[in-house]
Amino acid sequence: MIPVLGLELAYWQETFLRVVGVLAAVLLPAGAIVQTFLFKVMSHMQSRLGPMEAGPHGSLQLLAEVGKFLQKEDISPVQADRRLFKMAPYIVIVSTLLVYVAIPFGPDMVFADLDVGIFYALAVSSISVIGILVAGWASANKYSLMGGLRAAGQLIAYELPLILAVIGVIIQAGTLNMQGIVAAQAEGEIFGFGALGNPFVLTQLVGFVIFLIAMQAELTQTPFDMPVAESELVAGFMTEYSGLRFLLFFIGEFATAGAFAAIAATLFLGGWWIPGVDLDADIMNAIGPLVLFAKMMLIAFLVFWVRFTYPRFREDQLQSFAWKFLIPLSLLNILATGVLKVVF
Amino acid sequence: MSTAISENQQLTYIAGQAADARVNVELESEGMTLNIGPQHPATHGTLRIIAQLDGEQVVKAEPVMGYMHRGYEKLVEVRTYPQVTTLINRIDWLGAFANEVPFILAAEKLMEVEAPPRAKYIRTIFFEMSRIANISLFLGEMGVQLGAVTPAFFAFRDREHVLNLMEAVTGGRFHPNYDRIGGLKEDLPKGWVAECKTVMERIRGYCDEMETLLMGNEIFETRCRGIGVIPKDIALQYGLSGANLRASGVDWDLRRDGDADMAWKEADWKVWTHPDGDSFARYWVRLQETREATKIVDQLLDGLPAGPIMAKVPRIIKVPAGEAWCSTENPLGEMGYYIVSKGDIGPFRVKIRSASFNNIHVVPWVLRGVYVPDIITILASLYFILGDIDR
Repeated sequence: MIPVLGLELAYWQETFLRVVGVLAAVLLPAGAIVQTFLFKVMSHMQSRLGPMEAGPHGSLQLLAEVGKFLQKEDISPVQADRRLFKMAPYIVIVSTLLVYVAIPFGPDMVFADLDVGIFYALAVSSISVIGILVAGWASANKYSLMGGLRAAGQLIAYELPLILAVIGVIIQAGTLNMQGIVAAQAEGEIFGFGALGNPFVLTQLVGFVIFLIAMQAELTQTPFDMPVAESELVAGFMTEYSGLRFLLFFIGEFATAGAFAAIAATLFLGGWWIPGVDLDADIMNAIGPLVLFAKMMLIAFLVFWVRFTYPRFREDQLQSFAWKFLIPLSLLNILATGVLKVVF
Repeated sequence: MSTAISENQQLTYIAGQAADARVNVELESEGMTLNIGPQHPATHGTLRIIAQLDGEQVVKAEPVMGYMHRGYEKLVEVRTYPQVTTLINRIDWLGAFANEVPFILAAEKLMEVEAPPRAKYIRTIFFEMSRIANISLFLGEMGVQLGAVTPAFFAFRDREHVLNLMEAVTGGRFHPNYDRIGGLKEDLPKGWVAECKTVMERIRGYCDEMETLLMGNEIFETRCRGIGVIPKDIALQYGLSGANLRASGVDWDLRRDGDADMAWKEADWKVWTHPDGDSFARYWVRLQETREATKIVDQLLDGLPAGPIMAKVPRIIKVPAGEAWCSTENPLGEMGYYIVSKGDIGPFRVKIRSASFNNIHVVPWVLRGVYVPDIITILASLYFILGDIDR
């Protein structure tokens, strides 16, 4: 990405830029999602104002919250497995950081343009389940343990429909490379009309809906929030965490929401591309991230809208929903996509 | 049945001892003892449930109460009759006025005083309003227990108007302390009747909203239908009352069937029952009851007679020696007071029969074999107030 800026940079400078870039890519969407949806949209949906004191209309509330968490005491329970207990939040956050590596933000704005980009992104996103399981186990708390186990069962069950939903897109695009998927959507055409490209949400509507549902479950948001079900398990695997470590889990949750929203936007909504702009125009390196961010927020809005409205499933109901409904449906979707790919 | 319960109690007592001894029990192969409460987000206060789990399934569950016991029955003995209402306001704190009524009625029975018709009407109106204030919160709170946060905020939003109306008359939003032996503390202020009607309209709108937002939700139905079924005979054996009993198909409502001297018979309303006896039925019955309560209030406001609000009672109230019992259909179920008087300015002994205390006894029976998330559904749908359990 560096030659775009017309600069020759040393390796360490480039590395530094990449690290800053990934951190910005993780933290900015996470912060924006928390501030916009969790603080304000949720409040207005619930006929209240939400935070109003910190900054105009409460816009600095996020900083206040982060400051609060940083000041809190880092407590670890006496019977906890100290090393694992302290390690768990980092596993979760690292898995999120790794997902962002493969997501393209513009023609050259990608940290690593992997040929198996989507495969890689979905693979590393499931590392977080190890962190959650470790957190649940190491806390030496029964609520945490149940939360961790529930999370493991749920995340593994919903990984399948998530991946199966993506396969339809991959068949249609003919590539695993995320830039290739964006290009396939930009260059596609709808019955000979190509000005708008062919965002896969039109042809893969079923896949898109399955992806959104499975994503909701992967993010453990209501109606799939049994791992943290506050009325049953207090806070699930996060019960014993405080201060910075809780903050890391919290950032992990919302940064992962951002990451999955970015993947969904890339796969189904055309990624960083907007109609009317040439695919490899330099200007897209500047506009692309903003376009993708807008699409991410759109997807995130759907996720959080559902979260604020629905009650939660029970664990067995969630499993049967995944295995008896979502997975057969996504297999059918793959079949239909394959047949149509051959026919056309 | 009775042998099963005593064996159950014995085993859960042992389990409770074990849970006390070890705060964090290692994972035994035969199962796990989970201590829900006394500080847990789902218990609305300080109820403790000792649950023996096999995986996520409950083998045995035993409620432990008394963490918030305040000794009202004893406190009442050293207070005069007018002072008692201040205390008993705090038993079921969400529908506080309804707690005062049976006590006052029992005392009036002993004194052979009768409140004037206007006082009876206003008493009934307030009784039903405290039912609305109580149950409307349940209708939203059930959502929170099942994971939907939003309905609770809608509940608080509309309940606020009911509390404002109460404040306008009594000066107290939460604890009105408004009922007096022989009548009421004050008359209604100007314009109150019209405002009350708009609020009742608003509450009906809220009920419709809950019906579509929560009760019509498929996830809500899958979580509640067939969960925590209490059959008719079990409900009667355990002495359930109120909506919990009516949801099991028993058509029994003290407002209609009791002998309390109030104005319910002047209004046209219906007792709702549901044959299923599950958590959904309990929610459904309470939703219908809130609607009926708004209708009762509307009709009584239309027929509100003029006249005094206080009968002739002596300045210093001395209740003649004797014993009296009065119970009414409170928001949570049957609530009654048995007063023993020795002719003093305060009661000699008062027995408080509160609804939640009796309703909670069915918990070990109904929790057997359910999953952990269903514990929360069932406890939420049985709907108890901790102050009403631990008096």
